[in-house]
Parts: sequence; C-alpha cells; structure tokens
Amino acid sequence: MSYTTTAHHDAHEDHPSGIMRWLTTTNHKDIGTMYLIFALIMFMVGGSMIMLVRAELFQPGMQLVQPEFFNQLIGVHALIMIFMALMPAATGFANWMLPLQIGAPDMALPRLNNWGFWLLPPAAILLTLPYILALFGIGDGAIATGWTFYAPLSVQGGIGVDFAIFAVHLLGISSVMGSINVIVTIFNMRAPGMTLMKMPMFAWGWLITAFLLIATIPVLAGAVTMLLTDRHFGTHFFDAAGGGDPIMFQHLFWFFGHPEVYILLLPVWGFMPQILQTFARKPMYGYKVQVYSLWAIGALSVVVWAHHFFTVGMPVPALLYFMYSTMAISIPLAVLFYCWIATIWRGSMSFETPMLFAVGWIILFGIGGLTGLVLADVAADAQYHHTYFVVAHFHYTLFAGGIMGIMAGVYYWLPKMTGHMYNEKLGKLHFWLTAISFNLTFIPQFFLGLAGMPRRIPDYALQFSEFNMISSIAAFVLGAAQLLFVYNIISCARGGKKATDQVWEGAQGLEWTLPSPPPYHSFTEQPVVK
Amino acid sequence: MVMQWIKKTGMFLVLAFASFAVNAEYAWNFPKPVTPMALDTLHVHNKFMLITMILFVVVLAIMIYSIVNHRKSRNYQAATFTGPRTRPQVLWTLVPFAILLYIDFILMGIPAYHSVVMMEDTKNNADMVIKVNGSQWRWSYEYMDGDAQGIKFVSNLTTPQEQITNEAEKGEHYLLEVDNPLVLPVDKKVRILLTASDVIHNWWVPAFGASRDAIPGFLRETWVKVEEEGTYRGQCKELCGKGHGYMPVVVKAVPQEEFDVWVADQKQQMAANTAGADKEWTKDELMALGKDVYTKNCAVCHQVSGAGLPPAFPALTGSKLVAEPNLDSDGKLLKDSHLDRVLNGKGVMPAWKATLSDSDIAAVVTYERNALGNAVGDVLQPAQVKALR
Repeated sequence: MSYTTTAHHDAHEDHPSGIMRWLTTTNHKDIGTMYLIFALIMFMVGGSMIMLVRAELFQPGMQLVQPEFFNQLIGVHALIMIFMALMPAATGFANWMLPLQIGAPDMALPRLNNWGFWLLPPAAILLTLPYILALFGIGDGAIATGWTFYAPLSVQGGIGVDFAIFAVHLLGISSVMGSINVIVTIFNMRAPGMTLMKMPMFAWGWLITAFLLIATIPVLAGAVTMLLTDRHFGTHFFDAAGGGDPIMFQHLFWFFGHPEVYILLLPVWGFMPQILQTFARKPMYGYKVQVYSLWAIGALSVVVWAHHFFTVGMPVPALLYFMYSTMAISIPLAVLFYCWIATIWRGSMSFETPMLFAVGWIILFGIGGLTGLVLADVAADAQYHHTYFVVAHFHYTLFAGGIMGIMAGVYYWLPKMTGHMYNEKLGKLHFWLTAISFNLTFIPQFFLGLAGMPRRIPDYALQFSEFNMISSIAAFVLGAAQLLFVYNIISCARGGKKATDQVWEGAQGLEWTLPSPPPYHSFTEQPVVK
Repeated sequence: MVMQWIKKTGMFLVLAFASFAVNAEYAWNFPKPVTPMALDTLHVHNKFMLITMILFVVVLAIMIYSIVNHRKSRNYQAATFTGPRTRPQVLWTLVPFAILLYIDFILMGIPAYHSVVMMEDTKNNADMVIKVNGSQWRWSYEYMDGDAQGIKFVSNLTTPQEQITNEAEKGEHYLLEVDNPLVLPVDKKVRILLTASDVIHNWWVPAFGASRDAIPGFLRETWVKVEEEGTYRGQCKELCGKGHGYMPVVVKAVPQEEFDVWVADQKQQMAANTAGADKEWTKDELMALGKDVYTKNCAVCHQVSGAGLPPAFPALTGSKLVAEPNLDSDGKLLKDSHLDRVLNGKGVMPAWKATLSDSDIAAVVTYERNALGNAVGDVLQPAQVKALR
C-alpha cells in the first residue's frame, strides 16, 4: 500500500486547559491518554494486591492477613486486572491509534467516547470502596467470591458483592459504548481507498473484539442483575430450594467469560503483527488468512464456554462437544502463530524493546496456548481444574499474552504519542527482568498444581512450601520491575530525544506519516489510500 | 554489562530447573495414582505433555534459528514474501495444520474420548454407594447400602489453631488431617453421590483422579476404586468462603476384612449412642461432650471463645437467643429458639439435625448455655431432643 497524505501542522488547538480539558474533552488522543494512564494506575493497584497475596503465601501458616481478606484480595485483583487494566489499555490504544491508522480525524462518536471513559473511575471506586468502609465498621470488606461471582457463595456474601455488581454494570456500559464507537468509526470513517481488506490488522482485531463485547457483556449484566435480585428481592434464579439452579449462573457467567479472554487478546493479536513487520523490515505474512482466523476464533469463542466448569458434572455428549470444540480453537490460533513466525522468518530483524516484548510474547503466549490445549481434555481437566496449574496457564495467556503484549504496544507507540524516545536501555532491562521473573513465578505454579495445590487457598500443606517460596520471591521481582516501566513512561512523557515522524526504520502505515506527537486534530484533510 | 549478566543468570536458572525436572519423578507430576481413573489420567496427561513439549521445542527452535540468523546486525537482507506463491508452497504450508488436526482429534482426541466415558461410568458394577455432603467447612459421609448402611459421620479438620497461627510447630499432615476419615475397602468400585448444604464445594483426592462439584440442591456423582491400601489426602477445590482452605478430604483404604471390622465397630457405637439418648445424663457429662462437639463443629464460625465474627457469624456469648427458653411447658420446640437454630439452621447457619446425634445436640446446646460466658443454668437431655425428631 502507498499513501498520499496532507497533515497540517498548524491545526487550530483551542480547547479548555487544566482539569476541564480532561473532564470535557472529546478528543480521541486525550481520551486515549486517559484510558492508558487509568490502566497503568489500576495495573499497579491490582499488582500491589497480589504482592500481598504472594507475601502471605510465602510460607505455610497465616502471617499477614485473615482468610476473609485473602479471598477479597484475589477476587478484586482479577477484576481490576481484567476490567480496569487490560481492557482500558486496549481501549486506550483503540482511541489513540484507530483514527490515525485509518486516516480519520477523530472517533465517530466523541461525546460517547468521553462518557465511556468517565464511567471507569466511579467503577474503580465502587469496587474498592468496601475495603475503606470496612475500616469504619461498615460491612465486611470487598467481594470475596473470586472474580467469578459464583452463586450461592455470592448470594451469601456481604455488601462487597453488591458494590462489585454495580461496578461491573458501569464497566459493561463503558465497554459497550466503546465498542459501538469502534464499530461505527471503522465502518464509516476509513480513508478513501481503504477497503476492509486493506485495513490495518489492529482495526480488524478491535472490530471483532467490539462485536464480542456487544454480544456478551449484556449476558454478564443480566447474570449479575439476577444475582442482585436473588440477594435482595427474593428471587430464586440460582437457589435450588426455590426451583433455580446454581450451575445456571456458571453457564451465564462463562458465556461472557470465555469470549472475554479473546476480548482481552484480540486487540493484541491485531497490533502484534504490525510490530513484527516493523522490526523484521518485511511485510506481514498471510494478511487475509490472519483476518479469517481472527473471525474464526471470535466465532468459536462463544460456543465453548462450558470447558471452564467440566467438574460440575455434565452429560457425556456435552462433555465431548465442549472438549472437541475447545480443541478446534487451536487450528485458527495455530494459523496466527504460523503467520507471526513467518513474518519474522527471513526478515532483517533488530531488537528494540517493542520487538523484544513481541518475540517474548510469541514464546510465552505459546506456552499459555499449549497448556490450554491440554486443559481441554475433560479427564485431565478433572485434575488440573481449580489448581495452581490453571492459575499458571491463564497467567501465561493473560499476563504474557495480554499484558506483555500491551507493553510491546506501549514501547512501540510511546515515541509517536509523546514525541520523545523512551530510554532504550531501561526498556530492555524491564523486558528481561519481566520475562525471567514472570517465568520463575509461574513455572513453579504448574508443578504446584500437578502436585495437588488448589487455587484460592490462603494456607497450604507443607509439601507445597518450596515452590511457593520460589514463586513469591520471583513475584516480588516481577512487581518491582514494573516500577521501571512506570518510570520510563513518565520520563519519556517529560522529555528525551526527539522522535522522528516515522520513529522506527521499518514502520508502515498512516500513523507514521504524521509528526510525533501528532497534531491535536490528526488529519485535517483525508489521506487517500491507493 | 547488566544485560549480559541477566542473560547469563537466566540461562543458568533455566538449566537448573531442567536438571531438577529430570531427577525427581513424582513431585513434578501428579501424585502416584491408586485408582484406574487416576492411572488413566496420568497416562493421558503425560502423553499430552510430551506432544505439546515437542510442538513447543520445534517451534522455538525455528524461532531461535530465525532470531540468530535473520537479523539486521548480520546484514541479512529481508525477503519480501507475504504468503505461499506456488502450488507446492501452498501444500507445504498446509502440512503443519494437517499434523495439528491429527494431534487434536486423533492422537489426543481418541484417548480423551475413552477417558471421558470411563470417568462418567459411575453406575455399572458399583459395589457400594456412599453419599458425600459438603458444608461450610467440613465434609460428612453416609454409607447408603450393604452392611455399612446407615453409618454416617462428620469429618472435621483437626489441625490445631496454634499451628495455623504459627504458635506451634506444624505437624506432618498440616491442614490435611481430620478426626473421622472416610473408610473404604480396597478393590471395590465405590459410587460416590455428592451434594452440599450451603454453597458449591468440590470433593477431590489427587491420588484418585476423581474431582466433582458438590452442588446444593442437586446430586452429582463420581466413582473410585482404590487399588492400594493407604491413607489418601485431598481438599475442597471450589472456593466456598473463608474456611475453603480448611476442609480436607482424608480417605483410608483398607482390606475388606478390616473394613468389615470397622463397620461392626461403628454399628456398635451407633447402638450405644441410641441407648445413650434414653438415659439420664448429668450436667458434667453433657458439658464435657458439649465442649468437644462445640470445638469440632461450631468454633470455626462462632469462635472458641463464643465471640463469633459479627456481622456474618453472631456471638454466642451474651446472645439474647441463647438466653431464651428452648421448649414450652409441653416439651414442644419453640420457634426461633436456640435449639430450633441448632436443629434446623437458618441462613448461613447449617441444620445439624441430620449430622449430629441426639446426645451431641443436647450436649452442645447445654454447653453453649452454660459456658462461653453464658449462665442460663438449664440442662437439655438427649431424650428431649429425641422426642422432637
């Protein structure tokens, strides 16, 4: 593809300043920045919670926290990391980069965009407020059911559950609005000549994410609302004694919960090939087949949900169906892996920080994918299920596959966003510390799970001591390494070597034709894609 | 400099890990399987792990080759291909996916099918049936048929609180020890029915390969056939509240003869208990038994001191409910009395009617009214409880 662009550098930049700029902004870059900063803050908050958990699990016996509080920490950690770190980070990228990549002046629905963001801070406050209320003797703390809200435990729980339900409602509204915006923007605002099959892969990844969100978030909202009425208004959706079924909650929850995994990963699968082609200085391999695979995964993701709870007991045909359909996901996913590796194959690679993260991401996410394939087997799953094996598996997919992917994106686009180069040495140090300590944290957890340590227990039998100790120490290093990340971002935003328009030698696409940082209004005249 | 050091240390750690893995056998894998299902699971697991590791290593090798050779610092000129161009290339591209299809649905799919069918075959040729009930936070067991029919008991964690709070040295089976283990005969196929009285639990013994949710209001089932004598330990695997980490499963597998002796013993004890319900107990006897019952069953929530953990678990010390009378002048149970709560439960409080004997209930009610800082003064006789059933 080649482009002709006319980016005006003297665009009018009159907008309110100070706090009002951020409260009232409808600018996609301002909103994208706020999403990304919010995600970074919540990433550190959720991370601190799990540091406390790992400190408690450092050795057997109860040292630092009570079991009730332990249960609150693990559930809120997950909710924060999923809904308030990974999802806003992906939405932040969508806001920043989609208009730039498809040659649009802004997102299609700017006010909706502003509202979508400003629902997030109240949601974060709602979720964590019960901790503070408990200090004043009101209620007994935050939600303690794990992030999955399983009834009847959540029916029995304290006010933390109600707060979490409303937080999820707000987050859901925010996500649906963000998704509508993405879909409308992509369908209506592409530059002339940019047909759907010429669209950047990131736009494809996000388009499918947006459809998945709109399809599944209402189901989650419905499920937690039913939970709310069970708790307070005398309904019995999930109570067998009143004709309900606790397992129905799990079906509803995971009908949302499994696509959610792909909601977190699809945006990353979108921009990752772009990073790979940039640093391999070689065009993306198999663009079309990647697009078809993304669609295939999106479609399959909504029909495999019950593999998250094989142990509740299901008829044999249901078990077999969910097992084989889950295994089938490995085919389109393998196509993607094939394309990613073929993209770097015989390229001319250089290893700046984004590329380190991208290559490390392929390898580590590969471990997550392969262990997922094994988990699909019903009989073996009976042993893995709800043990640390599963914990390790989904951290390989969501930390390595999700967060390390997002980090690759941050290093890749940070010079474009701020106009400055970040500290490359510090970035590389951050990568190596993260990759090594991540593996040392979670490899022991695979073995803990196999040996029979259940997840979500505050204290454990003596045979699990050594691995827990290794895992905790590595987790502290992993946590501390993220301070480097924060420092690098802040110092890059404040100054540093000027970034060129193209930033990276091999960078391709409309966003690299604009100055770094791009003007407040990106394209005053539409670029034309030939 | 720093980068070099990190790379070296990383390599060292990876190698150290790999050499560990070769040396030890079972600490790095499932515990030694003692049932046909666990053995099958182990085989399936080992096979799948091997397949995925081979896949991983092959792909990693390709990537490493590329990372080492196709780099700009080596002046490697980038190719320009974006897909397979010729017919042989297209066919060659399809090979990995053909292999993957074969792995997914033949190599892994067929053994997985047989495992599922075996796992769900709970009813055929079952020698005995037991019922497992999960409640916050203990398991109770009931033998449903054969000589052992009618035997039922509660199985509580016995690890002392001092070990949990690090005031005493931890025992060998820390958190995995109970007062009354489930006793099963070896080489008998046991059909296990599961249910729960409050929230979802999961009954799991790693050495058995059986793991199934216990769901309130529904029956679920699994089976075990223990082929080796011994004591096997596991835990609840589904988050069930604050005591989730404190409800272990302990199963003693014994030869049939020993099992028969155990059954006879239990039967005798049950008879003695029934007889005990008819005799007149002294207050001291009731208080002694009551303390024991309280510590095992009630102290998890209401605490050893009786202070409870409000608001979820109310205090018994100074409780208004405890001070009220239990029975009216005709010996009928008063609604919402102390005894009514213990027998029938309410909300989070479980109904103890089914799990505790008449003497146990009489004793624990007497204990709660005359200890823990309470001095109501009255005594409840087992015969009175029996009359209410």
